[in-house]
Parts: sequence; structure tokens; C-alpha cells
Amino acid sequence: MNYLRAVATIAAKDLRSETRGKEGINAALAFAMVVLLLLSFAFDPSGEQAREFSGGLLWLVFAFAGTLILNRSFARELGNDCLDALLAAPIPASALLLGKCCANWVILCALYLVCLPVFGVFYTINVAVQIPGLLVVIALGAWAITVIGAMFSALTVNLRLRELMLPILVYPMLIPALLGAIQLTTELLAGAPIGGDNRIWLNLLIGFNVIFTALSVFFIETVLVG
Amino acid sequence: MSAIEIHQVWKFYGDYPALRNIDVRIHRGDCVALLGRNGAGKTTLLRIIAGLSRPSRGEIRVEGGAVRAPGAKRRIGILGHGIAIYDELSAYENLRLFGAIYDVPDPKRRAMEWLERTGLDRVRDGLVREFSRGMRQRLAVARAFLHDPDVLLLDEPFTALDDRAIAVLQSLLKSAREQGRTILMSTHQLREALELATRVILINRGAIGFDGDRTQQMLDEPAWLYRRYGEGG
Repeated sequence: MNYLRAVATIAAKDLRSETRGKEGINAALAFAMVVLLLLSFAFDPSGEQAREFSGGLLWLVFAFAGTLILNRSFARELGNDCLDALLAAPIPASALLLGKCCANWVILCALYLVCLPVFGVFYTINVAVQIPGLLVVIALGAWAITVIGAMFSALTVNLRLRELMLPILVYPMLIPALLGAIQLTTELLAGAPIGGDNRIWLNLLIGFNVIFTALSVFFIETVLVG
Repeated sequence: MSAIEIHQVWKFYGDYPALRNIDVRIHRGDCVALLGRNGAGKTTLLRIIAGLSRPSRGEIRVEGGAVRAPGAKRRIGILGHGIAIYDELSAYENLRLFGAIYDVPDPKRRAMEWLERTGLDRVRDGLVREFSRGMRQRLAVARAFLHDPDVLLLDEPFTALDDRAIAVLQSLLKSAREQGRTILMSTHQLREALELATRVILINRGAIGFDGDRTQQMLDEPAWLYRRYGEGG
């Protein structure tokens, strides 16, 4: 099977499974909404400070909600030993990983796009002020969370405490990407375009994605088969 | 020509040798019953042949190719402990998915053919999570045979099957054997396995205890093999 077709087949299968079951999506969406709501009570959302911590708050919510979805990425395959069937099939393990990444990326982006206007309402921030730049940052940040999350989901798939282990492993690895996404989001929500001083954060996010996607593709066969 | 070449394979879990120097050649068209007590190493060996685990030492080739190569994997069909089908997809979607993954020509038609063969065509669009256990098992059998594999690896295929699924599987295995496909099945159901098998391999604590043709004596008294060649035999 053609490599890209294999990626697309796995991605379509995962998207179909997730949209039918909706377990991960519902849990992540509910979690994100509750945290956004509770924090809007904890802080004074109309203050200038809201703009300063907006990027950090948004990406912490995105990262935590994201792991709820990514936890199920490979765990979904365990139920009927489907992972064995996929590993025994004539598709590379990297195509399996990238297919799962693509499906999770679509789900995360959709989740973030639902959260964004809610965040704007709760914290009285105009999220549309730099919307093209913000969409780019969301796309890059979601890919970073997805690729690290899917790789570690594969690594922890056979652990009994995988729901606990995944965040412990993922968040430290995500620090550089989250730093970039937080900085860029804060500046974009303050009305500054991407460019000049904040360009370095965009480069960091792109570099992080390229490096960790390549590493994940290279090591996934060893992680899954040994 | 050997369909499966297992060359001095060892598998360690920590210090424990789950497989010890397994050296076997399985010829094309052989139907092999892989026997042994629980924990003898049958599943470990099947997983290594299927490319789901790597041997600690030694080498395995399937139809002349490295076991993890796509060419070799395309020629293997696996029916393991789990049914390996997706609960959230319909019967038809499951077979289409695996048909696409295995590059089966005209996967839609092939999926429908197998749904008919396993008596699931009337529930083709029903989600698998709503199926009875027997229906799920028949779908798993269809999934394993969908791409016409040359080599069938079956790990306790009769365990937990209902009567209808056993009948479907036995008929498929008989026709696969007649078509010259290679079958390697581990099982505790000695009678069913020995009726189909042309060759028997007994594994004792990770090592081969017996490897030879199936004889009439084995059919007459299936437990004889364990008594004669089993642990302490």
C-alpha cells in the first residue's frame, strides 16, 4: 500500500471511531470548558492582566485537554487486540503513527477552535484581532502536542497506569513547544503580528515539530515491536 | 521451498528463556499443529513469526523474506486470541479497512463476499459493538482470510468459538489446506487440530520436544503425545 494512502486510511479509521464513540472528544471538551469557566471566576477577567496570562492559560487548557484525547490514541487499539492486527499488516509502523497523528491533530484543532471563542467571551479578549496568525500557532502547537502525545501513547500503551504516565512523560517534553505557543499567542492576542522579535518563537515551534516528528517516525517501530 | 524458516531462535523475557534454540522449517502446504502446555512458548513463537515481536537471537524468514518486510506480511493471515476488529465500525467497514490495508483488489466486493461466506451479509452495516459473540468471531475469521494469505498463523483458533464459528473456521481451514496454503496453529483442542494437521510440533518449556508427521496413534489417543514427549514424558 502506498505510504500516504496508508496514513490516510489509518487517519480516516481513527476519525470515524472517535466521532462515533466521542468518549475522548466529550471528556476533553467538558474538561476545557470547566477549566476556562472556573479560572474566569478565579481571576478578574476584564483586567489588563488577563491579556498577559491569556496565552499561558489557553495553552495549559489545550495541553491538558489534549492528553485526554491522546491517551486513547493507541489504547483504542488494545480492546480487541487490534494493534496486533495493524502491526502484522503490510504498512510501516511510521504510517500507523502518522495516521494517528493526523486524526488527533484534526480533533485537537477542532477542539481548540471551539474553545477559542469561549475563552474570548469569558476573558473579554478579542480573539479575532490576529486570527490568521493565531490559527497558524494553534495548528503548529496542536501538531506538537499530537506528535509527542501519540509517540508516548504508543510507549505507554501496555502500562496499567498509562493515564497517569502519559501526562508525566508528555508535559516535560512539550515545554519548548508550549513556551513558543504561549509567547506567540499572548502577543497575537495583544494585537502584535507574527514577525520581528517574536519570529524566534515561531521558528522554535516549527523546529520542534520537525525534529520530534522525524524522531517519532524513526523510533516508532522499535517502540511498538521492540 | 520452505514457507517458514525458523533458524536457531531464542527469546528471553529478562533472564527467562521463553524460547530456546527453535530450529524448524515448515514447508509450503504443511498444516502444523503447534502443541504444548500453557506457558510453553507457543504464542511467543507465533508472535515472532508474525513479526509482532523480535527474537532475542536467531532469524525467521517467511516465504523467503524478512518477517517484518511488507512483502512477507502481506502473505500472512493471523487469527489470535483477540478478534482484532473495531467495535465502533460496522462489519463491512472493518473488512473494507483491512482490505484497503492489505491492498486487496476491489476491497468492496471482497468484503461483501466474505460477509456472505460467514453469514454476516444481513448485518453488514451493523456496528460490531452490537454483535453477538459468535458474530464477532465469524467476522474475525473473515478478517484473517480476507486477503487470501499463503501462510495462516492461528493462535488457539477454536477457543471460545461458538458451534457455527467452529464450523466456518474448520471448513475454511480444510479448503486452505487443499489449496496448498501453509497453516500453523497452536491449540489445546487436540482432536480438532490433529484432524486437520499433517505435522505436529510439541513445545516443552520453550524447546522443541517433538517434531514429526501426524500419525494415526495421535488421532486415536490425542493425549498420548503429551505422555510420550511432554515434560517428564
